[in-house]
Amino acid sequence: MHELSLASSIVDAVTESLASYPGARVKEVRLRVGALAAVEEESLQFCFGIATENTPLAGSKLAVVIVPVGGHCPTCAKDVEIASLRSFRCPVCGGPVENTSRGRELEIDSIEIEDEEETVQS
Amino acid sequence: MTTRIVELRQGVLKKNDELARKLRERFNASGVLVLNLVSSPGTGKTAFLERTLRELHQSGARVAALVGDLETDNDARRLAASGAPVRQINTHGICHLDAEMIDKHLDGWNLVDLDYLFIENVGNLVCPSSYDLGERIRVALLSVTEGEDKPLKYPTLFNSADAAIITKIDIAEAVGFDRAAALQSIDSIRPGIRVFETSARSGAGMDTWLAYLKAQR
Repeated sequence: MHELSLASSIVDAVTESLASYPGARVKEVRLRVGALAAVEEESLQFCFGIATENTPLAGSKLAVVIVPVGGHCPTCAKDVEIASLRSFRCPVCGGPVENTSRGRELEIDSIEIEDEEETVQS
Repeated sequence: MTTRIVELRQGVLKKNDELARKLRERFNASGVLVLNLVSSPGTGKTAFLERTLRELHQSGARVAALVGDLETDNDARRLAASGAPVRQINTHGICHLDAEMIDKHLDGWNLVDLDYLFIENVGNLVCPSSYDLGERIRVALLSVTEGEDKPLKYPTLFNSADAAIITKIDIAEAVGFDRAAALQSIDSIRPGIRVFETSARSGAGMDTWLAYLKAQR
């Protein structure tokens, strides 16, 4: 149930980045969320709606891309993807996968904004 | 009107992660071993920590604890009976501790005077896993009265743990605890993790746990 805190952090981060685009309105926020990030998308979407009220993000859409879990298999000496969150073992050799380096992401990838046409200087 | 895409590539928990990194540097520089204890409510974190603090304190180690709960300072009062300095963090509805809460509650403590600092997180197996507190060792606890498959249900936390504790083993038989199944589910999520089987009441397994703590310093 920390989705509201996360939604507020997203609003803060995006609002800060808007400083370089005065008057801009946010249409979409694109988020990368790891399958192991402990985030419930439905709950995050709901909280995003609340957290964006009366901010430059009001009415914007939250687009979530889920990142699969991956890590390093020391036996195969390569990075592998974990097929199921029920077993953190290498799908090839069955050995333990060390440090799951991918799948914990919680990152704002990009935002789509709409602003007034800039005056073109000639 | 023009529409454009602005690349941000920014972590949502960037502020917490940056502060946690600073805390970790501070802890390392002071030579204090910091542990973050996470479990569901009722696993017995406080009883386990009470016994750990008491035994470490009696052995001459310099220990302290920060304990997180939504409300009340009951746990801090319980833990303070061990003789170690303890501070309560009340989150007032927030379901996890974050790095800022830790930073604030360290005020006035001289970290170089400590060997161990334990952080007892808010009882919750989901949200605390996303918040780095600057700890060196994250400990996931599971009691024999909970389902043996709990690690499978909460992979985020168990996969991020450095050590796992099974608590209340003194009543394992009475509650029909399937030890092999529990160990297997922990190992599926975090292959190779150190597991300690303990009872804060009988003291079973505490020696092995304390020896591990001393070896980590």
